[in-house]
Amino acid sequence: METVFDRPHALSDVVTNFCPGCTHGIITRLVAEVLDELGMEGKAVGVAPVGCSVMAYNFYECDMQEAAHGRAPAVATGIKRVHPENLVFTYQGDGDLAAIGTAETVHAAARSENITIIFVNNAIYGMTGGQMAPTSLVGQVTQTTPYGRKVEDQGYPIRMSEMLSTLEGSAYIERVAVDSVPNIRKAKAAIKKAFQCQLDKKGFSLVEVLSTCPTNWGKSPEEALDWLRENMMPQYPLGVYCDKLSKEGE
Amino acid sequence: MARVTFRADRCKGCGLCTTVCPKKIVIMDTETINEKGFHPATVIEMEKCIGCAMCATICPDCVIKVER
Repeated sequence: METVFDRPHALSDVVTNFCPGCTHGIITRLVAEVLDELGMEGKAVGVAPVGCSVMAYNFYECDMQEAAHGRAPAVATGIKRVHPENLVFTYQGDGDLAAIGTAETVHAAARSENITIIFVNNAIYGMTGGQMAPTSLVGQVTQTTPYGRKVEDQGYPIRMSEMLSTLEGSAYIERVAVDSVPNIRKAKAAIKKAFQCQLDKKGFSLVEVLSTCPTNWGKSPEEALDWLRENMMPQYPLGVYCDKLSKEGE
Repeated sequence: MARVTFRADRCKGCGLCTTVCPKKIVIMDTETINEKGFHPATVIEMEKCIGCAMCATICPDCVIKVER
């Protein structure tokens, strides 16, 4: 019998801290699968954020570094410049990347730092208990917007992929989701392409992954996937927003 | 002939695997409680398994191994 699916080697054999049904676990695994397929486990350096994925340094067999809240792209910049031969990636949530770390993210892209960012967008602050995030949808009920997010009070959600794709420094930016098996496969392909972008020294790459937060959305894991499809996807359309790899290959 | 094996002690009982199985043979084992206190996922009628690995692909906790 041939094994068609098993835990990737680059993923440590530990229990994650994620809640039942949280798709963070899928995204964490996809990154490890891509590290395996590219044979980069021994040459990769990951940067862990603050948020639900704060323990990411325990999840991978490659070298990992914890960063201060939001500062993962800055830490990754330093690591990549000192060790340009290594594959350097960050794994960040929306509270980390799109709130406290917006400046670091935008400037890393503007400088076209040759790093890869895995950006997990679940439209809420998960670890701190479900407060509104910059990516929370208009009308979304959270701990800090109990009557729903109002435009006149809290403004509009930020579309990071679209915003970053306007910068000349960005080389590859794609938004994917992990709501279904086909989309999970597409998400893996996007992560692989982003890593390849870095290995080819094309510059800044980012994959935004739409993810669920069943606990703080107050839904079952299955309902959360439906909610993602019905509410998040219209606000955050899937697709490739910037791709210098394909352009040059044509 | 395909075979799936579950690490029941790692299962958090989210049930996502049961929603994607095309043969509807993955179920939550409500007779069992694992060390975390969840009803773990398991498979009934293993002979119907086609080894598509969809359950394993959507599992957030790497509980499932698929052989074919």
